[in-house]
Amino acid sequence: MDFDDTPAEAAFRDAARSWIEANAPHELRPWLERSAYTTLSACGATDPVALQKDWQKRKYDAGWACVHWPRRYGGRDASAVERLIWEQEEGVFRKLGTLFIINLGISGPTLMECGTDAQKAALLPACVSGEHVWCQLFSEPSAGSDLAGLRTRAERARDGWIVNGQKIWTSGAHDADWGLLLARTDPTQPKHAGLTMFVLKMSSPGVTVRPIRTIHGTSEFNEVFFTDVYIPDDQRLGAVNNGWRVALTTLMNERLFAGSTIPTGFEELFHFCAAFATQTGLAIDDARVKSRLAQWAARSSGIRYTALRAISQEARGHTPGPEHSISKIVAGSMMQEIAMFALDLQAEAGILADTQQAADAARFQAMLMRSPATRILGGTDEILRNIIAERVLGLPPDIRVDKDVPFNKIPVASR
Amino acid sequence: MNFDFSDEQKELQRSARRMLEKQCPMQRVRAVLEGKDNFDRATWSTLAEMGLCGAAIPPAWGGLGAGYLELCVIAEELGRALAPVPFDSTVCLFAEIIGLAGSDQQKSLYLPRVAQGTLIGTVAWAESRAVASDAIHSTVTGGILSGMKCPVMDGGCADLAVVVAHEAQDTAPTLFLVELGSPGVRRHPVETLDPSRKHVLLNFQGVQAERLGPRGGGLEILSRAFDRAAVLVAFQQIGGAERALEMARSYAQQRAAFGRPIGSFQAIKHMLADMLVSLTLARSNACYAAWALESGSADLPVAAATARVSATAAFQHCSTNNIQVHGGIGFTWEFDAHLFYRRSNLLALSLGPQSQWEAKLIDRLRARNVA
Repeated sequence: MDFDDTPAEAAFRDAARSWIEANAPHELRPWLERSAYTTLSACGATDPVALQKDWQKRKYDAGWACVHWPRRYGGRDASAVERLIWEQEEGVFRKLGTLFIINLGISGPTLMECGTDAQKAALLPACVSGEHVWCQLFSEPSAGSDLAGLRTRAERARDGWIVNGQKIWTSGAHDADWGLLLARTDPTQPKHAGLTMFVLKMSSPGVTVRPIRTIHGTSEFNEVFFTDVYIPDDQRLGAVNNGWRVALTTLMNERLFAGSTIPTGFEELFHFCAAFATQTGLAIDDARVKSRLAQWAARSSGIRYTALRAISQEARGHTPGPEHSISKIVAGSMMQEIAMFALDLQAEAGILADTQQAADAARFQAMLMRSPATRILGGTDEILRNIIAERVLGLPPDIRVDKDVPFNKIPVASR
Repeated sequence: MNFDFSDEQKELQRSARRMLEKQCPMQRVRAVLEGKDNFDRATWSTLAEMGLCGAAIPPAWGGLGAGYLELCVIAEELGRALAPVPFDSTVCLFAEIIGLAGSDQQKSLYLPRVAQGTLIGTVAWAESRAVASDAIHSTVTGGILSGMKCPVMDGGCADLAVVVAHEAQDTAPTLFLVELGSPGVRRHPVETLDPSRKHVLLNFQGVQAERLGPRGGGLEILSRAFDRAAVLVAFQQIGGAERALEMARSYAQQRAAFGRPIGSFQAIKHMLADMLVSLTLARSNACYAAWALESGSADLPVAAATARVSATAAFQHCSTNNIQVHGGIGFTWEFDAHLFYRRSNLLALSLGPQSQWEAKLIDRLRARNVA
């Protein structure tokens, strides 16, 4: 056990640090420090998409775009520990990677694992350089937690497929050039067995993206409609009707990615309490505040060191397991609790949401409205608990009445 | 960077587990719980024979000098077995205080005997209701101690105690070494939440006491020793929490109700998943603290308090839910769930209450941010 760098790791860190020092957009630092990871919209006149693409391209040209990827796909062949070092050094500029979370965390790994050589050659360079933005076309109005119940159809036509249906909760679809699409190709098979994965050009005729306004007032996610969308067969990813297995690769990456980078709100709350004066003095001097802060401090560092321990497991050749769900479960509800606690300290003024009037530029009011998302996206807290219980603890699976029934024979509840 | 124990440390852990499974099954814990014995002598002797009591004591003082990571994996196994042995008092606290504050002569006198398992030591700071370590009324004048300490872990079997007392009219307390066999020492057994770890009330009337460390430096040394002990106790808490979770899991897999194993119900699944979450966070925090202890990192005060807060919460969570998952059987004397429940609540207080550690953690995080 050693939480310090070896000489080789220190050299890697130095190289990363000096490159960032020379190349990062340091003028954006104050704005990035105020921004949450998932919302980079409020940056005055500058287009956040352009800023993010620019940083990704600069990293790509210098080989820092996705350090743990193989060199032939634009990575650096970095070890898990080196990846950690890079992330530590990139620091606040990692928020400029928000646009590429799907590219690097989901689409890229899935292409590498399941794509043909031609698909990899055609798609991976622009995926890692940020030239193309990717989205994940999985969830549907009637298939969220029960993803395998999705209804979007892909039917054979000419030398390809015709897609009809609808996706929903698609983050970033409005900025995306490509989508990873899971569709039903055989409704006579049980629900998991009749799915196929595709890559879809978002500019294809028949694709319509409609933004959804969130409770936060912003529109990070979308509905995506498909009307007779043609997909050539060489954009099929993996075998026909093998889409569920491909999706599992993807979902594992999604959970891993979410787990290793997830914000909790603790740092913000700690600094707030150390500076915020209540009627009886600084908030942090209050024993009750200390008690709550300490519990969150322990959970927050527990998440951090759990991610580090997973890195060492990975370095020893263990596949990352569903244990990564743990960090997400903890971080999601913690951020919600933290936001409410910070607002309670602000007393009646806690309802003020105007950045000019509210304490700390309304940071915690924004956190309150944003925080429910973490507990839902990438697997709800409840689904993750099921996964932990079944796959880690080995408890018996839930009774699934639709598991072995042909998909088109499953009764549909009236809506 | 490497955030895992080495293969050798894991092998040491496996051998400690094998030994304890054979030597110290739950019947041994119950024998102490329900009997008059202060501790399980056979297990304590075997631990000493394997060199485990002195795993972190330098060879110059008769130990193995293996290190604290080794001691941490041993502590986890003792916690898992609920081993009724004076490990916390002797190895985690007494030996650490001697190491921190003892003169070379004191070290050479006591540490080899700790390593051999022939000396049981304890630390006496709390004074009945005044459990705060700075509410000390015991005094030493001219090398003679008078006062009362309660509760004192293993005070009934200890040969030596480190006693916190005021020297003459000092405002800052000092540490003293006291032979508990001396005239003027009286030991009264006290009933506690967890009788598998015996405690006493110690009464001192005109007892010879030898100063340990600088005059007035008692609380500072005690606080540093508590940090070190907190890391080791955190591993005991994790060991206990993991075993409680395993008991609950195994019962949930076997017990059927409404025509299916109860472990297939989400109410039970989610309860067990949450236990694993607590345990995992605690383990990760404890690993960092173990490294901070072993490497002498300046971050030890923060790391130890974090590990303590996290592990206390995890053991209480797992031992409480273990009873809940079992239902009625979990509330019986015959079933072992209460042994874990008792131990978790004893350890939650044995180095000071959770609220005190929470305050320490936040104060230390502030100090680190300022530095």
